[in-house]
Amino acid sequence: MEEFQTPLQPIILLDLAILSLLIATAFAMMRVRRLFAVVMLSGIFSFLAALFFVSLDAVDVAFTEAAVGAGISTVLMLSGMLLTARREKPAVPGYRNVAMVVCLVTGAALFYATIDMPAFGDPNAPANAYIGQQFVERTPQDVEIPNIVTAILASYRGFDTLGEVLVVFAAGVGVIMLLGAGSLRGGRKVKDERPEDDSNEGREF
Amino acid sequence: MMAHLILRVTIKLLFAPIIVFALYVQFHGEYGPGGGFQAGVIFAAAFVLHALGFGLDETKKVLPPKVLPWLMVTGVMLYAGTGVATMLLGENFLDYDILQPDSHHHAGQHIGIILVELGVGVAVASTMLTIFYYFAGREPEIRDEDW
Repeated sequence: MEEFQTPLQPIILLDLAILSLLIATAFAMMRVRRLFAVVMLSGIFSFLAALFFVSLDAVDVAFTEAAVGAGISTVLMLSGMLLTARREKPAVPGYRNVAMVVCLVTGAALFYATIDMPAFGDPNAPANAYIGQQFVERTPQDVEIPNIVTAILASYRGFDTLGEVLVVFAAGVGVIMLLGAGSLRGGRKVKDERPEDDSNEGREF
Repeated sequence: MMAHLILRVTIKLLFAPIIVFALYVQFHGEYGPGGGFQAGVIFAAAFVLHALGFGLDETKKVLPPKVLPWLMVTGVMLYAGTGVATMLLGENFLDYDILQPDSHHHAGQHIGIILVELGVGVAVASTMLTIFYYFAGREPEIRDEDW
């Protein structure tokens, strides 16, 4: 079997630009202490990730990332932030060197692992060969819909998707139970009030 | 009341197109990218945008929070019910072919996928909105100094 080489195309410049912006955003998120800015940066991070998925031709994933990661999560984080402080507390000193070493070692291991990864777009890569190829070949006969992702999600893997919907449902039920819907046995709805003394805590920037 | 006028007008303009786009993503998922999950989130995003611009109380008039748990259950039941229906018709759970057994172009699969995706969409949209309502309900209006 001859070695597959990813053709070098000008789009690699776009990929590199998006990836460096991703890294820059991640560093900015670490440096900034104002939580509002951190939430916005995480939205930007999601949009950049979505762009990168588009450039990898994973349009469905990009769609989900843009809608869930950049849309809903940002708003949920924002409404969560409104309930707490606006600024991150200063980092506690200590263990910095240990953390640095752990990060560097893990990063180096991940870089080392990429050497073994198949070339991008390699038709013989494990992800494209066995069951992936089966899905591509059989969807036109079995399900006859053009979007293979939907065929896998709703038909071949229908059971998994039911589980995913149940997870989402359970999350919703959990939030209802935790955030003051009253108890099932007829308990009263609890209204949380701010204690008198800390009415201004967390309001200052 | 005149605060954030541009934002509010923009949100009013965008509200309907976002919902139409959500429906397009929902029912076009077989042909293009998208499906129930994405459509549900986009649908919820329209209402979240409304709440951000006009305050949560206004949004609760448009879509009362009491409806949402019912919609959550409806979505899950629609999905699971499709599976139970295929079982009652004598096939495996979620084996859609039995819904239209005589079809030569797998109409049963199409019907099943549309039903299941609709269940996903309804469940995801209502769950996302429920979570947002309960989180934002504790601090309904974004104060001016927080913008």
